[in-house]
Amino acid sequence: MDGNSAIGEAAIRAGCQCYFGYPITPQNELTEYMAAHLGKRKGCTFIQAESELAAINMVFGASVVGARAMTSSSSPGISLKQEGISYLAACELPAVIVNMCRGGPGLGSIAAAQSDYFQATRGGGHGDYRTIVLAPSSVQELADFTHRAFDLADKYHTPVLILGDGMLGQMMEPVEFKHEAPEVLPVRSGALRGAKGRPSRIIKTLSSNPADVEELNWSLFRRYELIKKEEVTYETFMVDDAKLIVVAFGIAARIAKGAIKNARASGLQVGMLRPTTLWPFPSQKVRELAQNTKQFLVFELNMGQMIEDVQLALEGKGEVSFYGRPGGVVSAPNEVLRVITRLYYQKGLEK
Amino acid sequence: MKTVYTHPKYLKKVPFHYCPGCGHSVIHRLIAELIDEMNIHDRVLGIPPCGCSVFAYNYLDIDMTEAAHGRGAAVATGMKRAFPEAIVFSYQGDGDLAAIGTAETIHAANRGENITVISVNNAVYGMTGGQMAPTTLLDQWTTTTPYGRDAKTAGHPVKMCELVAVLDGSVYVERTAVDSPANIRKAKKAIQKGFQVQMDNLGFSLVEVLSPCPVNWKMTPVESWEWIEKEMEKVFPLGIIKDTTGKKDAD
Amino acid sequence: MGRSLAQAAMEEGKSATYLPSYGVEVRGGTCNCTVAVSDEEIASPIASSPEYVVVMNQPSLVKFQNQIESGGLLFVNSSLVDSQISRGDIDVVRVPASSMAEELGNPKSVNMVMMGAFIKKTNLVSISTLIDGLASALKNKEDLVEINKKALLAGYGLF
Ligand SMILES: Cc1ncc(C[n+]2csc(CCOP(=O)(O)OP(=O)(O)O)c2C)c(N)n1
Ligand code: SF4
Ligand SMILES: [Mg+2]
Repeated sequence: MDGNSAIGEAAIRAGCQCYFGYPITPQNELTEYMAAHLGKRKGCTFIQAESELAAINMVFGASVVGARAMTSSSSPGISLKQEGISYLAACELPAVIVNMCRGGPGLGSIAAAQSDYFQATRGGGHGDYRTIVLAPSSVQELADFTHRAFDLADKYHTPVLILGDGMLGQMMEPVEFKHEAPEVLPVRSGALRGAKGRPSRIIKTLSSNPADVEELNWSLFRRYELIKKEEVTYETFMVDDAKLIVVAFGIAARIAKGAIKNARASGLQVGMLRPTTLWPFPSQKVRELAQNTKQFLVFELNMGQMIEDVQLALEGKGEVSFYGRPGGVVSAPNEVLRVITRLYYQKGLEK
Repeated sequence: MKTVYTHPKYLKKVPFHYCPGCGHSVIHRLIAELIDEMNIHDRVLGIPPCGCSVFAYNYLDIDMTEAAHGRGAAVATGMKRAFPEAIVFSYQGDGDLAAIGTAETIHAANRGENITVISVNNAVYGMTGGQMAPTTLLDQWTTTTPYGRDAKTAGHPVKMCELVAVLDGSVYVERTAVDSPANIRKAKKAIQKGFQVQMDNLGFSLVEVLSPCPVNWKMTPVESWEWIEKEMEKVFPLGIIKDTTGKKDAD
Repeated sequence: MGRSLAQAAMEEGKSATYLPSYGVEVRGGTCNCTVAVSDEEIASPIASSPEYVVVMNQPSLVKFQNQIESGGLLFVNSSLVDSQISRGDIDVVRVPASSMAEELGNPKSVNMVMMGAFIKKTNLVSISTLIDGLASALKNKEDLVEINKKALLAGYGLF
């Protein structure tokens, strides 16, 4: 199954009731999958909206009344969705947003890129907020993380972003779905369903009193602290004896892994850390690895964004190098292998 | 003894923050009365806009959610689709509806979303201090048309009712005003019809209400009522613009 | 073609990834896909230097012949590609796929002719898995299954 369709199927099995989308390459297979499979389910809705702006605000509406809702797009469309994401975060509403990232800035290229890392992990829209960001690197993970995204969104009342790329979305790999689609999910508590036998409820963000908004921020950030404590995930690969650790996420991590396997074959002690949550970032793990390994190489399909999180995490306790290809150009494993090998000998790690 | 006046059940007992003579408070009252009279309090959901009426939720005692500026119709779409038993209305200013939210409004109407849009046309951006709105009349003074609105550089007043009426998805479109007791009664009837159309699952309804903004128009409340009648209604004619519901009245 | 290969490899219990190229490609230009097949987990779905390259037309030959691993196999559709292969460190398998497909009465089955030749030479998957795959991919279109099967066997029987 292709990655985009796998997200769609996993979303349906996670009880997603509403999907609102707007065509943009390279994620159209997901919109089309939902058109074919979600719209016909009882109590479910598919709408091809008039814009990404409309789509995210439809998600907002569906979330307000307590439904599991999602939207997807690629970089330029995600920029338009930032308005809605900020409002979702402010109103503490769950939602799932998929970004099949492409090369930017501007219209850019439709090829795979990781240029939206900053936008994804720093909130993205206006205001002080964060969204949980999941970074899958296989079709199986696209499916698994989609399910997890819905659960996290409900658990923490927050929008959750899945950051993929054009290649992951179009790639085909075997995938196994671990859940059956529920008949109908119960309506989330706190939703607006009409003030029957209870005081009326208001969902709002504006206040004439800055102290109210300050309190909202405090409460959001208390929750973010909890998320940082509970929800960090990552994968490590051959780090135990590593003298050099490559840090990469998503499709870049697959390429890096290919390179590392070859590096190992020629005796270089190289390992990998692959964050699967980009926010919260596995900073603690980076520091832990730095106790044994001093050299880190960050490999991204951009000009260097995640590298800042690695540097922040290291607090100067390790040396960080960077290799990246922006704009939708994707390195092959041997290119990364050359970078690894050169760095390895430059730093005298063979000794 | 017959009760001729009482505080509407679903209007909270707090003073309005609106300027004296503002139309928003009148329209809020009409909605509160209708929610009671039509017995829909248990399932009505309202969406106030970005605009002077953003605080509508402080007055109407019903479930309400704020929407981003202009996105009322999109939010309403999501709510209604995910919860079809609800009666969903968005309450939007003319700038909200006809400038930043034009696309959302037109397309919700075109899809025939079963929602009711109540649009308050005061020919200016009230909340931000009286700038030009898409509905500002030609030659009208606003803070951003200090020499009067010039069609050559600032375009013409946008008539949303007429625009929405040509779409096959809309079924009921009426323009009303709150510039006289008789018109206020008509406005109430129009909103009632809009809700009824939705309850009967007939499709998209839009009720525009011409409403005074004395402060930004630099007029007294009485002058602003007169201005609506003499100037605004020439450009924005009152009455039913479209009704394909096949029924004469909502009652 | 790449898809059915990846599919067949999965059916046989191997790991496989299929990565299409996409974009604003014109018909008759180049359009490619990468298939990785392995007995272990596949790290990178992108191949630095593939062991096998199949080129169906001239522009693809120009674009891809330098990528192939030294000692690898290059399959060319010799009906459409007439130029010399400049590399001396690889083996070239010429398959007149287009003309064979035409002879079979269905020019569109050119991919299956090539596929037949490809698996005969490489042994990556068995021909029976591919035939089973055809049948399930083209449910209710038995005439199409027949055509494709014939093409597959024709290519397979070439060597
Ligand atoms: C994206 C965005 N841009 C601008 C604003 C500022 N803003 C708030 S209300 C408003 C206009 C309100 O005018 P209107 O919709 O006519 O409502 P009124 O206040 O006149 O009732 C504007 C521009 C905003 N809230 N959001
Ligand atoms: S500025 Fe105008 S619209 Fe706003 S409250 Fe005052 S009178 Fe009403
Ligand atoms: Mg206004």
